[in-house]
Amino acid sequence: MPVAPLPVPALTVQHLSVAYDKAPVLWDVSWTTPQAGLVAIVGPNGAGKSTLLKAVLGLVPRLSGEVRVFGLPFAEARARVGYLPQRASVDWDFPATALQVVAQGRYPRVGWFRPLPRAERERARAALAEVGMAEFAGRQIGQLSGGQQQRVFLARALALEADLYLMDEPFAGVDAATERAIVGVLQRLAGEGRTVIAVHHDLATAPQYFDHVLLLNVRAIAAGPMATTFTPENLARTYGGRLSLLERAVAAAQAGKRPAAPVP
Amino acid sequence: MTLLEALLFSAGYNAAVVALGCAGFGLAAGALGCFVLLRGRALIADAAAHATLPGVAGAFILAALAGWEVRSLPLLLAGAAATAAVAVLLVSGLTAGGRIRDDAAMALVLSIGFGTGVVLISVVQSLPVGGQAGLKGFILGQAAGMSAADARMIGLLAALALLLVTVMFRPLAALCFDREFAAAVGLPVRALDLALLGLMLAVTVAGLRAVGLILVVALMVIPAATARLLTERLEVMVPLAAAMGALAAWLGAGLSSALPGLPTGATITLVACTLFVAALLFAPRRGALAFAWRQAMLSLTVARDHALRVAFEAAESSPAAPLAWADLGRGAGWSAWQRALLPRWMEAAGWVTERAGQVALTPSGLALARDLTRRHRLWEHYMQAAGGLAPAAAHRAADEVEHTLPPEVTREAEAWLRRHDPARLAEGEVPPPGEAERTP
Repeated sequence: MPVAPLPVPALTVQHLSVAYDKAPVLWDVSWTTPQAGLVAIVGPNGAGKSTLLKAVLGLVPRLSGEVRVFGLPFAEARARVGYLPQRASVDWDFPATALQVVAQGRYPRVGWFRPLPRAERERARAALAEVGMAEFAGRQIGQLSGGQQQRVFLARALALEADLYLMDEPFAGVDAATERAIVGVLQRLAGEGRTVIAVHHDLATAPQYFDHVLLLNVRAIAAGPMATTFTPENLARTYGGRLSLLERAVAAAQAGKRPAAPVP
Repeated sequence: MTLLEALLFSAGYNAAVVALGCAGFGLAAGALGCFVLLRGRALIADAAAHATLPGVAGAFILAALAGWEVRSLPLLLAGAAATAAVAVLLVSGLTAGGRIRDDAAMALVLSIGFGTGVVLISVVQSLPVGGQAGLKGFILGQAAGMSAADARMIGLLAALALLLVTVMFRPLAALCFDREFAAAVGLPVRALDLALLGLMLAVTVAGLRAVGLILVVALMVIPAATARLLTERLEVMVPLAAAMGALAAWLGAGLSSALPGLPTGATITLVACTLFVAALLFAPRRGALAFAWRQAMLSLTVARDHALRVAFEAAESSPAAPLAWADLGRGAGWSAWQRALLPRWMEAAGWVTERAGQVALTPSGLALARDLTRRHRLWEHYMQAAGGLAPAAAHRAADEVEHTLPPEVTREAEAWLRRHDPARLAEGEVPPPGEAERTP
C-alpha cells in the first residue's frame, strides 16, 4: 500500500543532547530528514549513532532537545515508527521460533493479552517470506545463522507496517545474500514513500544504498543528499585523521565499484 | 506416616493440605522461574530470598513487643517481603550508574541481609516469649509443622502469582527477549520489570515456610533450567517447569514428612536436582547423551566417507588391485574403535562385500563412493579456484567441510565452478583429482 509523501518531515531533531554519566554522547544535534527515502547515519565508533536512534525512541534519557516524528511527539506517533535493534543486543538462545519473533511486530496492533488472530499470523508469515525466510518459520532462532537472524529482525520490523523505520546496523555481519535481501526490502519501503533511517558502517556501500546521509560524530557534522554531502572534506571532518583511507573509499564509491565481495 | 500415605494425601487432612500447598508453590515457582531465568534475574532472586530473614525476625520481635501472636504466618511473611523488597531496591541503587558491578552488589546485599537476619535471630532467642524454634524453619524449610491455614495461604499466594504470569505471558516474553524493542513499540517495560520482581518476591515469600530462604531460589531456577533442556518453545517450557516444580515440591514434602529427620527444603531441592540431572543426560537434543551420540555418528560417518573414497580412488588408479580392510583403515586414518566397528557397519549396510580378506565395493557402495569423491573434489577445486587456496590447503579444507555442508551448498559450489572455471569440472562426471590428491 503506497503512502503518499507527507507535508511534514518524518523526523525532526532539535538541539538534542544525551550524556552517559558525564561524557556527552550527542551534543546539540539538530537534524531534519527528508519526507521519504533511505537515510544513512554514518560516523566513527562511539559517535553516538545508535544513541541517536535510542534517544528518538525514548530508550535513553535526553539531557535536552526535542524530537518530532511526523510533526508529533514520539509517544503520539509511536504506531507509525518501527525499530530494528542491533542483532547482538538480544540473547538468541531464547526459546522462540522465527515466526514467534516476527509476530511480536503484530501484537502492538492487536493487543498483547490475547492470542494472535489467524489473519495476523499470516501477515507475520508474509513478512518472513518477504525476507526469504518462509521455510524457517518454525525454527528456533538460536539455530539460525547470523544473516538469517538479521532477516528475522527485519521481518519483525516489517510486520509493524511503520512509515518511519529506525534501523541499527541492519547490514552488520551479514552474508552477501542477506545484504541483497535487505537492500531489496529497503528499496521497496522507499518506493512506497516510507522513510528508513539506518546506522551504516560501510563507507563503500553507503552512497550506493542510501539517498541521504547524516554524518555524525557527537555533533551533526553534515546532512543532506548523498551526492553533495558525502564528500571527502565532510568525511574527514567526521572521522578526523584517517584521511587517505577515506579518500580511497570515496573514490571507490564514486567509481561505482565495491571492494571485492567475499565469494560466492 | 509412610511415604505412600503422605504422597496420596491419605495421612490426614492437615498433611494433605500441606502437600497441596507445597505443590502449589512449586507450580508457581516453576512457571515464574522461566521468566526470572530468561530475564537474568536468578541471582537477584537469591539475594532477595536471603534478605527475607531480617524481615521474618523483625516481624517476630515487633509482634513480641506489641503483644501480638508471634507465630502468625501472614505477619512474618509480610516482614519477609518488606526486607526482600528493600534488598532489591538496594541492588538496583548500588548498580545504577555503574557504581558497583551487578554481581558484587548482589553478593553484598545478600550477605548484609542474611547477616542482619542472623543477628536479629539471636535477639529473638533472648525474648521472653515462646515460639522462637519455629523461626529456624524459615531458614531450611519445615513443612511438617505447617498448619492447614498456613498451607492455604501459601497456596493462595502461589495461585495468584500463577494467574498473573498466565495473563502477562506475552508481554513478559517480549520483555525477556528484547526489552528495547518492547519499549519502542509501547509496552510499559518498567512496570513489567517491576511486576516480574513483585511476583518473584511473592513466590519467594510463599516458599519460605516450606523450602526455606536458602533454597527457595532453587525451585525457581532448577525446574526452569530443566525445562529449557527439554524444549525450544517458551509456551512448552513454562507449563513443563511448573509441572516439574509442583512434582518436586509434592514429592519432597511427602518424603520429608514420612522421614521427619529430613529438612523439607533440602529434600525438595534434591528431587528437583534429580529431575535436572536426568534431563541433562537424556534430553533429546540438548542432553549429554544425545550430544555424544551425534558426535560419535558424525565421526563414524566421516571415517566411512574417507574409507569409501580410498576404495574408489584405489579402483580408479588400478582396478584389479586387491584391497584389504587394513589398507582402507590406514588410508582413511581410522582409530582403534573405528577399526572395530566400521567393517561390520559397512558390510551390514551393503556398501562393501568381503571375500577371503578381499574387500570390494558393491554397486550401491560404488555409487555412494563416487558421489563422495565427486563432492570432495568439487570442494577442492572450488577452494582453489574461488578461494585461491594452495592445492594442499584446499585438500585439507575440503576434508574439513565436505561432511557437514548441506547438499544445496554443494550445488552452489558446482554452479559457481561451472560459471567461472569449467575446465575443472567435467559435466556429470567425477571431476579429475586435485593437484594435491593423496589419501586423506
